Amino acid sequence: MYASVVFLPLLGAFIAGFFGRRIGDRGAQLVTCAGIGASALLSVLIFIEVVGNGHPLTLPLLPFIVSGDINISWALRFDTLTAVMLIVVNWVSFMVHVYSIGYMHHDKSIPRFQAYLSLFTFFMLMLVTADNLVQLFFGWEGVGLASYLLIGFWYEKPSASAAAIKAFLVNRVGDFGFALGIFGVYMLFDNISFDPIFAAAPTKTTAVLHLFGTDFHAITICCLLLFVGAMGKSAQLGLHTWLPDAMEGPTPVSALIHAATMVTAGVFMVARMSPLFEYSDTALHVVTVIGALTAIFAATVGCVQNDIKRIIAYSTCSQLGYMFFAIGVSAYQAGIFHLFTHAFFKALLFLGAGSVIHAMSDEQDIRRMGGLWKHIPLTYSLMLVGSVALAGIPPFAGYWSKDTILEAAWAAHTPYGMFAFVIGITAAFLTAFYSWRLLILAFHGRSRADEHVMAHVHESPAVMTVPLMVLALGAVVAGWVGHESFVGEDMGRFWGKAILLLDSHEALHAIHHVPEWVSLLPTIMAVSGIALAYLMYMFVPSLPGFLANLLPGVHRFLLNKWYFDELYNFLFIKPAFWLGYGMWKGGDGALIDGCGPDGVAAATRDVARRIGVLQSGYLYHYAFAMLIGVAVFVTWYMVKVG
Amino acid sequence: MTDWPLLSITTFLPLLGAAFILSIRGEAEIVARNARNVALMTSVATFLVSLLVWSNFNNASADFQLVDQARWLPGFAISYKMGVDGISLFFVLLSTFLTPLCILSAWESVQKRVKEYMIAFLVLETMMVGMFCALDLVLFYVFFEAVLIPMFIIIGVWGGARRVYAAFKFFLYTLLGSVLMLLAILAMYFDAHTTDIQVLLAHPFPVAMQAWLWLAFFASFAVKVPMWPVHTWLPDAHVEAPTAGSVILAGVLLKMGGYGFLRFSVPMFPLASHDFAPMVFTLSIVAVIYTSLVALVQEDMKKLIAYSSVAHMGFVTIGIFSIQLQGIEGAIFQMLSHGLVASALFLCVGVVYDRMHTREIARYGGLNSRMPAYAVVFMLFTLASVGLPGTSGFVGEFMVLLGIFQVNSWVALFAATGLVLGPAYMLYLYRRVIFGKLTREELKSILDLSPREIAVFVPLIAMVLWMGIYPSTFLAPMHSSVAKLINDYQLAQTVADGASVALR
Repeated sequence: MYASVVFLPLLGAFIAGFFGRRIGDRGAQLVTCAGIGASALLSVLIFIEVVGNGHPLTLPLLPFIVSGDINISWALRFDTLTAVMLIVVNWVSFMVHVYSIGYMHHDKSIPRFQAYLSLFTFFMLMLVTADNLVQLFFGWEGVGLASYLLIGFWYEKPSASAAAIKAFLVNRVGDFGFALGIFGVYMLFDNISFDPIFAAAPTKTTAVLHLFGTDFHAITICCLLLFVGAMGKSAQLGLHTWLPDAMEGPTPVSALIHAATMVTAGVFMVARMSPLFEYSDTALHVVTVIGALTAIFAATVGCVQNDIKRIIAYSTCSQLGYMFFAIGVSAYQAGIFHLFTHAFFKALLFLGAGSVIHAMSDEQDIRRMGGLWKHIPLTYSLMLVGSVALAGIPPFAGYWSKDTILEAAWAAHTPYGMFAFVIGITAAFLTAFYSWRLLILAFHGRSRADEHVMAHVHESPAVMTVPLMVLALGAVVAGWVGHESFVGEDMGRFWGKAILLLDSHEALHAIHHVPEWVSLLPTIMAVSGIALAYLMYMFVPSLPGFLANLLPGVHRFLLNKWYFDELYNFLFIKPAFWLGYGMWKGGDGALIDGCGPDGVAAATRDVARRIGVLQSGYLYHYAFAMLIGVAVFVTWYMVKVG
Repeated sequence: MTDWPLLSITTFLPLLGAAFILSIRGEAEIVARNARNVALMTSVATFLVSLLVWSNFNNASADFQLVDQARWLPGFAISYKMGVDGISLFFVLLSTFLTPLCILSAWESVQKRVKEYMIAFLVLETMMVGMFCALDLVLFYVFFEAVLIPMFIIIGVWGGARRVYAAFKFFLYTLLGSVLMLLAILAMYFDAHTTDIQVLLAHPFPVAMQAWLWLAFFASFAVKVPMWPVHTWLPDAHVEAPTAGSVILAGVLLKMGGYGFLRFSVPMFPLASHDFAPMVFTLSIVAVIYTSLVALVQEDMKKLIAYSSVAHMGFVTIGIFSIQLQGIEGAIFQMLSHGLVASALFLCVGVVYDRMHTREIARYGGLNSRMPAYAVVFMLFTLASVGLPGTSGFVGEFMVLLGIFQVNSWVALFAATGLVLGPAYMLYLYRRVIFGKLTREELKSILDLSPREIAVFVPLIAMVLWMGIYPSTFLAPMHSSVAKLINDYQLAQTVADGASVALR
């Protein structure tokens, strides 16, 4: 049962991928849906066994890298954190698999798509069941690969291929930090399996690592390096630029990978490493600040975007920021709780957006929508549910988790916590605002699409709307169902040993004692955000244009996403090509070959011609070049050493 | 079985096949067909024998195993002596594994002088295997240099337009490095009075001499690896070489440098190795960053992969001179992995080159719609090349970085930039060749992989995944020998420290 929950999707991917042509589109859909469906059911059983009956376990599979005192195995670890992630990943993935049957039915390579989706799920499951950092890294890079393949799924579109590469590379920048973090952990603990690390962490609180010429507090530097990895995968400020572009992929992909599961891997990883992060206040403060900044940055950008998927993508980015600053104030449980609820309502919003795009013949610009609610009432009401949940209106799912996070930030009673609280409250206002801006522009008012498109507008088939309803159910009930266990009275029993919380970090316990206004404020902000959206886009439609003209700089700054892409292009991409070209032509061509083989060849040829000896001289030239090269080397070294 | 001279059989069986091909007479068509068949059968048989070497290998022992010895030049204490340890074992297997694939890959693409081509490859195989097995310095040197001859001929005869330029550049760069090595070998002989590698490994060379010997060997091995800045022969040689030539060049010949460092430089001149390690690190880091950036702007597929080889071999030299168990094992593993992955990538280029007769990236695009199987294969090796976990590329890179991080975190920091730069040029290449719309007229009738081509790729795919998922198979035989190498190295450092203290 435990192994099959992970490997069934791989089997599905394998069959659909390699025998897709033989079993046909329908066969591929059936195989992959069956695999993931079975996994989804198994993950419920595992949840009951692990959490309900309190039996976490680790299942060793194979030795992996064994060399000297490093001993890494393939092993599956099931504790509460994993069990929760299994539910999220498998169920959202199952819904997305089914939804894709309808959404992709015009596509010419359905087996490939279904295979990629299942392959992604497999890597994600490997990630959440990892028993050591290297296996986590395996899943981590694997989901990155699946994301690359799926973003670039429509490979004939140049923008899709570009976005795919961008996603892979930006993630690799994060993984650069992650890898160094793993090395640091190994250096500190002589081990990279979770249990031994966590057991030894309390004894290493004063340890020092000498890295890069400096003495660092060992746990802090390890945590910070690991966090760089989390920032890449979870699109945190600075390494977020790939996420909006990733919307080039088919919409089910955005729902599964870029909303519900993969992008939350960073949050999961930091929560998994809580026994380390707990011992480094500095690292936690960094996490808080980065999370908070991301939350506000993405929310501001989300307010002015016009592509329906990009708005939701920025919203995802912003919500991930919430999860991180929750973790930063040691409210890991609240962060995971938000991850849990967010998975349902954000997948719902994305798939809903997909349903809109499907109805509108692939139109994604909300400026060319409007008045859709009459035509696709079911999609509209489901999107509304998702938006209410996202905005954090009680009693929908988002309310419970976001409220807990903000209360925890306040209750942390640190400057960093307060910073996150203020920003989180502001971002909550913006969240509600952009959600309703989207709803109003897409569904209300007069239609701004052309007549051909409007004539074709149709409600999606049941194979698409039923998964939406399942997710909507989650978006409605996940909050109050999960509240008690995730962050309430039952918290201690529910989490078991999966998350470590030091006694000195009591934000999550202190939330029961926050003043009334702190609990009410997020809801008030959300309602005012909605009200402002109504005011600006329904009642006084001239207001947005007026504001944009009034503050053109601000508007442009936001519209261009704080100019991150331009900055990176200028700082990294252009110089890389420029340097590469320069080194090739100048370094290899002119300098090494020029002073070396070719140059000596030419020089000798000159001399040779002068003394009238007719021979090509190749042999001597190279002999010369080599000897001189070696001589220079030796001399240089002797001078330097001697 | 163990009393059979397995290593000598493995080494000289291909030569026997070559002799047999040489004797084939008759019509050109039939000669070519027979030459292909004999070459394939011989190389497969050689591979099977080399598997026997592996099965008779004792993982627990750090010593040389399956040693064959015969008198050769007794007056000079030079003998014919062969043996393998945990360091050389898999290089032998790599050579015997790749040769049949090379022969199979040239099945249709080589049409002129087939007989000679097959002979050249079989002779090459003998030289490569002999080089990795040789336990006598002179014998080693003979094989080491003799490898160049068939390779030189393969490039010069079956190569592209500028093949003569490339062949000479290749030959002279590598030969001139070796001249210095020969001088060093003479010096070693006069100091130790033997050329037996086993004896030399235990012989303490004087400190003052070590630096010079080390540099002389370095001149030879650095060119072979190749390390920056003596790498410029490699892109030219690859571009002009026929596909199978590139495969052996990248797959085995580049490993001669790394193997040389491990067999000679580190254990025989430990003190010099210690002193020169910072220089090696610097050159390797430059190689990783510089050649990655250069690879990014290449317009020729083979050149791009050739430059990526230099970057990947940068990890190898870093790992070797980390003198750290994970680092060295990682370096060996990285060499094996690179041997498979770079070979496979050159074969991938060969597939489209055979069809379109161009390697210019701009002439391709959108191949995915006509060649889905090819796209999958190419993707897999691209991923292995960028070190995705689950493929062989990851294990080597990871272990090298893990090892060097314990020793020098700066080196690890700079080398790890390869994690970002690697996918940059590889995915960019993949995108330009495979993705996009297929618009070019001449590509519209291009055919997907043939069954023969699939037969070439399947063993490579299987190996890359095996090494990526269950690397223990390949790491286990290395442990004892690498541990001994490090032990001896550290012992030499301690002795030297003790001596310098005593002098004071």
